Amino acid sequence: MPSALPLGLPAPADGVLPAQAAQGTDTRNFGLYVHIPFCAVRCGYCDFNTYTATELGSGASQDEYAGTARQELKLAGKALAASGVAGRPMSTVFFGGGTPTLLPARDLAAVLESAVELWGLVPGAEVTTEANPDSVTEESLRVLAASGFTRVSFGMQSALPHVLKVLDRTHSPERVPQAVEWARRAGLKVSIDLIYGTPGESMADWRASLETALTYGPDHVSAYALIIEEGTRLAGRIRRGEVPPIDDDDHADKYAVADEVLGAGGLDWYEVSNWARTADDRCRHNLAYWKGDDWWGIGPGAHSHMGGVRWWNVKHPRAYAAALDAGNSPAAGREVLSDRDRYVEDVLLRVRLQEGLPTAVLDPGGRRAVAGLIADRLIEPSDAFKGVVRLTGAGRLLADAVVRRLLPD
Amino acid sequence: MSPMARTAPVPASTDPAIIRNFCIIAHIDHGKSTLADRMLQLTGAVEQRDMKAQYLDRMDIERERGITIKSQAVRLPWEVDGTAYALNMIDTPGHVDFTYEVSRSLAACEGAVLLVDAAQGIEAQTLANLYLAMENNLAIIPVLNKIDLPAAQPEKYAAELASLIGGEPEDVLMVSGKTGVGVEALMDKIVRDLPSPTGDPNAPARAMIFDSVYDTYRGVVTYVRVVDGKLSPRERIQMMSTRASHELLEIGVSSPEPKPSKGLGVGEVGYLITGVKDVRQSKVGDTVTNLAKPAAQSLGGYQDPKPMVFSGLYPLDGTDYPVLRDALAKFTLNDAALLYEPETSAALGFGFRVGFLGLLHLEITRERLEREYNLDLISTAPNVEYEVTLEDKTVLKVTNPSEYPTGKIAEVREPMVSATILAPSEFVGAIMELCQQRRGVLGGMDYLSEERVEIRYRLPLAEIVFDFFDLLKSKTRGYGSLDWKADGEQVADLVKVDILLQGEQVDAFSAITHRDKAYAYGVMMTGKLRELIPRQQFEVPIQAAIGARIIARESIRAIRKDVLAKCYGGDITRKRKLLEKQKEGKKRMKMVGRVEVPQEAFIAALSSDESKDKARK
Repeated sequence: MPSALPLGLPAPADGVLPAQAAQGTDTRNFGLYVHIPFCAVRCGYCDFNTYTATELGSGASQDEYAGTARQELKLAGKALAASGVAGRPMSTVFFGGGTPTLLPARDLAAVLESAVELWGLVPGAEVTTEANPDSVTEESLRVLAASGFTRVSFGMQSALPHVLKVLDRTHSPERVPQAVEWARRAGLKVSIDLIYGTPGESMADWRASLETALTYGPDHVSAYALIIEEGTRLAGRIRRGEVPPIDDDDHADKYAVADEVLGAGGLDWYEVSNWARTADDRCRHNLAYWKGDDWWGIGPGAHSHMGGVRWWNVKHPRAYAAALDAGNSPAAGREVLSDRDRYVEDVLLRVRLQEGLPTAVLDPGGRRAVAGLIADRLIEPSDAFKGVVRLTGAGRLLADAVVRRLLPD
Repeated sequence: MSPMARTAPVPASTDPAIIRNFCIIAHIDHGKSTLADRMLQLTGAVEQRDMKAQYLDRMDIERERGITIKSQAVRLPWEVDGTAYALNMIDTPGHVDFTYEVSRSLAACEGAVLLVDAAQGIEAQTLANLYLAMENNLAIIPVLNKIDLPAAQPEKYAAELASLIGGEPEDVLMVSGKTGVGVEALMDKIVRDLPSPTGDPNAPARAMIFDSVYDTYRGVVTYVRVVDGKLSPRERIQMMSTRASHELLEIGVSSPEPKPSKGLGVGEVGYLITGVKDVRQSKVGDTVTNLAKPAAQSLGGYQDPKPMVFSGLYPLDGTDYPVLRDALAKFTLNDAALLYEPETSAALGFGFRVGFLGLLHLEITRERLEREYNLDLISTAPNVEYEVTLEDKTVLKVTNPSEYPTGKIAEVREPMVSATILAPSEFVGAIMELCQQRRGVLGGMDYLSEERVEIRYRLPLAEIVFDFFDLLKSKTRGYGSLDWKADGEQVADLVKVDILLQGEQVDAFSAITHRDKAYAYGVMMTGKLRELIPRQQFEVPIQAAIGARIIARESIRAIRKDVLAKCYGGDITRKRKLLEKQKEGKKRMKMVGRVEVPQEAFIAALSSDESKDKARK
């Protein structure tokens, strides 16, 4: 979650949603996101909404967080009922951060339990938590699995100590296979997050990270290019010349290598930055974001979506807790999407998926752009003839340009 | 010590014997406006409480840049030995581009105060104006200003001035406009040393226009010096160059606020208002006479202002075109030298080709357009006017590289200037090297003193309009100064260099250069563009060509990554906003064929390296 919140319409204190949110609920899955805004250490590249204990001070402690999150769940239940949104069991749940596993496993389990009490879970639902390899134990992973979690996503980032150091990641590389092994034993599916293009990372380093990750046998890998966000410590170090700047060509080369190595290791891309062993191993929660499903986001700065209504909570954990303590919704603002907004989002999100975007969805301007995209080898010609816009390897690296061309107006 | 005049002479009935008309010849920064301020205070023309610094500089831009663009005349009362005199101070524009206006101001005077900074000595342009004043037989009063400065070297520069105009160093007055020291003595000297004007009070009226200014409320205010006869309110006057006649709605003197009078007599200086709305109807240098009783002969010396430097002005945002059009129309009301016509560029869209007197005139006009009309403008590289003769004897005037004919050219003539450079003698080598590089021919060299030298070169105007002055300044550590005036034309071996992006010619980057310099231009411009144009989805070759022959090439590699790796979890709003921002950025690009060129690339590519460095600091 990025540090800056969008500007939008004000959100009412009772959290009641506009009528639009209640329409067509039978055509959309329902999910839950829980944001855990805590980290042991602040990483130099990170601009997410997360805080260390020292940054946070008093008034929003980690101990009380599970209770606060459960307050918002209670409010969510009431608000949805008051808005006429049909209650549905959750298809996916995702605990992200921050570092969710900084909280005791029983706290995460308690939040999940409250949500299940409120809405229920569909059979075979996907329940994921992000985790730092440092902050799990065999015991904690077993507790999570026992309380309903099905999947854990480890922030491995790199196999190389010198790369981890630039990223300020504190775990030792050997910790990762250990954690993966414990997760497997607990019966959890495993995803691994990697970052490429860190200053000082060679191509051999990146290849080694990919190959090392594959030896752990993950079901799923996310590989993200390092983004230098303004205002982060790493941006400052680059500006001062302490570490070399990142390079887009290096990113492009590394993306191609990632696709090649992961593909050879049996993982196929299904979204620009995501690879999975089977269709069943894809992250269904993320797919729900990209396909316009409904979800409620719990926690400071968390975003929610319900039938074309988007809203977001206040960012700071203290402001968040204070709103809930006062019996109010912690929402900071919201927007009601126009048909055009929904079309734009549909195009920009679905084009990044391997399953592609049906050309039937496109408006005339978008359809006219298709031939040019084929000519420039950015989309697959055979799929386009069958009525699907699907990115080529080169097209995936230029996905934003493809989107702009599909949305000429 | 002379007292302030107790009774000021009344306009329209002032004996020429008690009139003194003078101007101040000075370089920018040598303190002319501050000295004028002191004179206004000393004579009581401006009350203490109304005084503001550089009172006579009307435009903000004049105050900020410390230069006077338009001249003005002020009538000051001053008493010497019991007689009240009327002193007319005619302010002169202080820059090289306005030589013609200076010459008309000088023609309105009998004498000139040569004002020189006691810490810097005389500058090239002041010297040129001094020569002009001497040619007009003006009496010269040499004055060193800023003698209060610790860095002042009055003895040294007094000797320099004395050797320039003849006379003794002791005759040079020492003043400080800032503290007021010596200003009264200067006023006395003006009365004692300058001749009074002469003219025939009974002859048909003749008055010379030395300035005309457009005022939103009053229309054109015309400043004149009466030579013969008399001008009175309500009479019909005639402009002798155009034969146009107008009714004299108001006549008066500036002191310095306008004060209507019963007329202006021989030797007097004042203003006329006729209700015309365009300074072109009241031309500097023209002679005003009485329609009923016209003079047989004009005073002579009138010239139409001739633009020397041409540049395309384009609004950064195409929708601002009407604003620019209206702004230029308003500007020409007050600037007879400004000429413009609509022009279309394939790369820059709709704009205007504008003719200027020189580079400063261009810069000031552009800055004022941007400031007063809130416009963002691109100005293309300045050009001069070439005369191209084709093999079939057709003659074309070319002020824009895109109009340069292809093939079948018999001869190209380019405008020349004679340039005067003043600098400390240690820089002679560097200056000669620079002028030589710019195809200059040495005309002569004179030592003003042991340390200061005057160097004269004949140069193609095209070689000095771009960055010559900046280079001169940097090669002389800021001490060099330059003056130039038009000096005919010459046949030259010139070619047009085109710049091609992906094989497509970009008119805004074309240039007419000497054949020997075409390659250097091509390498410089292709190199600059390679840095300035962002990578595209395909490789973009950049070529420089003369006709079909490629003389330089660069290429911009295709972009390979244009994707945000992470979708920011559930914050889809941010993703959508980011897309909107990207699209907004694309809108500010100019499409050249399939290549997206940012506006900034045009600005940076068309500005000299020096000015880019300045912008960076």
